[in-house]
Amino acid sequence: MFLSERRRGQLAALSIAAVVIIVGVPLWWRTTETYRAWLPVSQIKELAKLQLQLSADVEVVFARGTVTPEQQKKVPLTQTQEEERAIDGDLIILFLILLIRNTKLESKFFSCHVLFLPEDTALRYSTQADLYLLAFQDVNVYIGQRRTALLRIGPQMRVGKTLEQLLAHLEPRIKQVLQVMSFSHNDITAALSDRVRFSPDNKESIADSMRAFKSSPGYEITFSLLNPDPKSHRLHWDIEGAVQTYIQPLLTKLSPVANFSIDSQTLYYTMLGVNPRFDTSRSAYTLNADSLAHVINPVEARLGSNAASSNPVLNFLLYVPDAQHSPLYIQGRKKQEVPSNAFHSPRWGGIMVYNVNGFYGSEPEFPVDINIDMAKVMGVFLAQLRLLLGVQSSTPPPGFLVARCGSTGLADWELDRLMWSRSVENVATATTTITSLAQLLDQIGNIVINDNIAQQVSSAVTSLQLAVAELEAGNLGFALQYSKEAILASEKAFFDPSLLHLLYFPDDQKFAIYIPLFLPMCVPILLSLLKIVSEARQRRREKQAKKD
Amino acid sequence: MKTHVLFNLFATFLLADGLNIEDSAGQFFSSGHTNNWAVLVCTSRFWFNYRHVANTLSVYRSVKRLGIPDSHIVLMLADDMACNHRNPKPATVFSHKNMELNVYGDDVEVDYRGYEVTVENFLRVLTGRLPPSTPRSKRLLSDDRSNILIYLTGHGGNGFLKFQDSEEISNVELADAFEQMWQKRRYNELLFIIDTCQGASMYERFYSPNLMALASSQVGEDSLSHQPDLAIGVHLMDRYTFYLLEFLEDIHPASKANMNDLFKVCPKSQCVSTPGHRTDLFLRDPGSVLITDFFGSVRKVEITTEAIDLTDPIKEVEERPANGDVHKEMHSYVDQLPVSEIIHQNGKLCATSTNKMSLCCFHGDVSECEMQLPRGLGVEGPP
Repeated sequence: MFLSERRRGQLAALSIAAVVIIVGVPLWWRTTETYRAWLPVSQIKELAKLQLQLSADVEVVFARGTVTPEQQKKVPLTQTQEEERAIDGDLIILFLILLIRNTKLESKFFSCHVLFLPEDTALRYSTQADLYLLAFQDVNVYIGQRRTALLRIGPQMRVGKTLEQLLAHLEPRIKQVLQVMSFSHNDITAALSDRVRFSPDNKESIADSMRAFKSSPGYEITFSLLNPDPKSHRLHWDIEGAVQTYIQPLLTKLSPVANFSIDSQTLYYTMLGVNPRFDTSRSAYTLNADSLAHVINPVEARLGSNAASSNPVLNFLLYVPDAQHSPLYIQGRKKQEVPSNAFHSPRWGGIMVYNVNGFYGSEPEFPVDINIDMAKVMGVFLAQLRLLLGVQSSTPPPGFLVARCGSTGLADWELDRLMWSRSVENVATATTTITSLAQLLDQIGNIVINDNIAQQVSSAVTSLQLAVAELEAGNLGFALQYSKEAILASEKAFFDPSLLHLLYFPDDQKFAIYIPLFLPMCVPILLSLLKIVSEARQRRREKQAKKD
Repeated sequence: MKTHVLFNLFATFLLADGLNIEDSAGQFFSSGHTNNWAVLVCTSRFWFNYRHVANTLSVYRSVKRLGIPDSHIVLMLADDMACNHRNPKPATVFSHKNMELNVYGDDVEVDYRGYEVTVENFLRVLTGRLPPSTPRSKRLLSDDRSNILIYLTGHGGNGFLKFQDSEEISNVELADAFEQMWQKRRYNELLFIIDTCQGASMYERFYSPNLMALASSQVGEDSLSHQPDLAIGVHLMDRYTFYLLEFLEDIHPASKANMNDLFKVCPKSQCVSTPGHRTDLFLRDPGSVLITDFFGSVRKVEITTEAIDLTDPIKEVEERPANGDVHKEMHSYVDQLPVSEIIHQNGKLCATSTNKMSLCCFHGDVSECEMQLPRGLGVEGPP
């Protein structure tokens, strides 16, 4: 059939318009879509509220003579004590303390033992913690190296009192001991310092939080021996043996918290960069506290780093002063003597000055062979390492006596404390990371979300949920492990190189791109459609006119 | 009455003691940072942009002199002026035509050079989204207690900064990058200095906390260069950075100059343009912020008061028993490409031996080229 010219033209225009609308527009939409894998946004929002429940198990043992046998039978088997604290509005944390009575000292993993002793015992008590005590008059609480604490019942709590009064007296004391041994409100707030900038009324806790390294899956430790005067001193240090004997036990104990890698080096002709002053009263050279701040920078440039990872580096430097400036002592701020002759810098490391002029002998023939006493050096470094890793707790309340840590350098309850604060810190950091990532991806519609990122996010969310559940159950080891997994997954997702937002398209640029493409194509189609419509309307009008 | 007096005395004694502690601990708490980082970027290439490289190098020099080590500085230079063919005094970059100060020095560590300085790399450094193979020296490994100094210089306009003469970064992107840094707590405080035309537009869009920004000129104004050197043939430095360098040369690590002094650097009479600054997002008062908080690296230091008593003797490190002969793998070099034969071929050396190399026979027809390289060179197939 032959269509007229005009009819063919109209059909052509209509079919082109149809193709453009039905095929073209969806095709353009699909091809300019960015691939965004599904993210568990609702679960992330749920986690962002961060309601943590921390529970610590305590076993309370009453020694003979503290309670009468009848009272002993009536002591409740378990008793929980809850404490709810809100931090910064949207976080609520509950402390749950379960008190369990038993008579046998079962060592439950991660629980604290509290022994109540009658007032007049001479405290010569051998527990599983292998300790012997003498009677101290003003010490009411003794905290041992493992997880045991001994409390002395005061004189007013004679056996004649009722059970309720006894329990009412004991509960706050137990709580106080637990706050020292596991976690306290200040510790948890400090661990959450990412989310909450807490008010600076407790200066000690601010110093603590600034000093310790943030939680990281691994740390690199470098021991450096600085010998500025090799012509006078030939130094020998058995660093391998010393690390194996003194440092490695601590690091092995801390292995659930982080991985450590150790290396050592010797640097020659490295001066301190600050001129020490000669103090005639002590006939020695001194470095006062203000100049210590300027010691580190010139040395740091020489230290180098062989770290292939991005883990934080802890530097421990042993400086042997040159023969002209021996002996060299460090003075405190008030010009007092410093017995350890060492100082440390927060989040960096420590420096110890080791004087060797005592080894010279009667007629020294330079260079003098000197063997460094590694036990003394490592004692100082170990103390600094504890501080930098956040192990050191704040000073205990009055009346408390804390046992000195053993040869590993870390008491069991200190490890628990560290694990509590690390778990909470990890959970909080991972939650913040995941939440801000979800927010970012939501805001910017142009970013491509690959499958691997979605998978990392999902695994981070799962690990976080597990960690929170384990914290609630009181399983500290599992909680820490899950929180570490959560952190690793969330950091991997957040710092994925493919998430770079370079696709900032302001609206006028979008117009500038599409108008030259679509306008020349659309104008003829629109015009012909309009022409068709106007012609149809004209024909209808003519028909109307004909009818009349 | 007596007890009242006694109590007062006691209270004042406590207060005095408290103040003393406060004083000594004052340095510790005033800034809240434990380490310093610097990201210094020069975004323009070509010889006539000598002054931008000189700007960046002079800030680099000041920052190093005041104590920040190279491991904490990310230096990005888009072009090499010291070894440029057109430099009449090679291996030097001067700041003034009297040639007193060679800001290149002999200890410059450039982390991103030449074409590596792109908007993408800059944003990757800031946000930390680098591929895992990036070395430590190219990363910004700051934490929540780091003070970061960011210095940008180049050619800019209203809301953008030009990189390498081919791309640009907008102020919105920069503000978003800083917000992502804040979300991950990658800085404690950040000082942003920009020396370009209409530099103030680049900090207009910031919205993250703890940012302080300085710019060399306002929107609508051009930043001018200082003076040309007729021997070298180009302008040596920009005015704002020239006077900034002059100001920083007077600062030493123990100096107590604060940010208000920095804001006064290069007034309109010297700079022709009006430098601007922005402090509304900064939590501390600028008068209490020391210059060395950002430009230097003054470490906080604490005396170690305790030491652990270690009494165990050192265990002997056990020698690993020798496992007989150590198995050694013999290595040898692969047969090298007989280059001299290729060069002197003249079409004669075709197919020397089948398992070595049959060379292209240049009989005028390259399509008949058949190259079989010996195993181990890793090249397969004809080109």
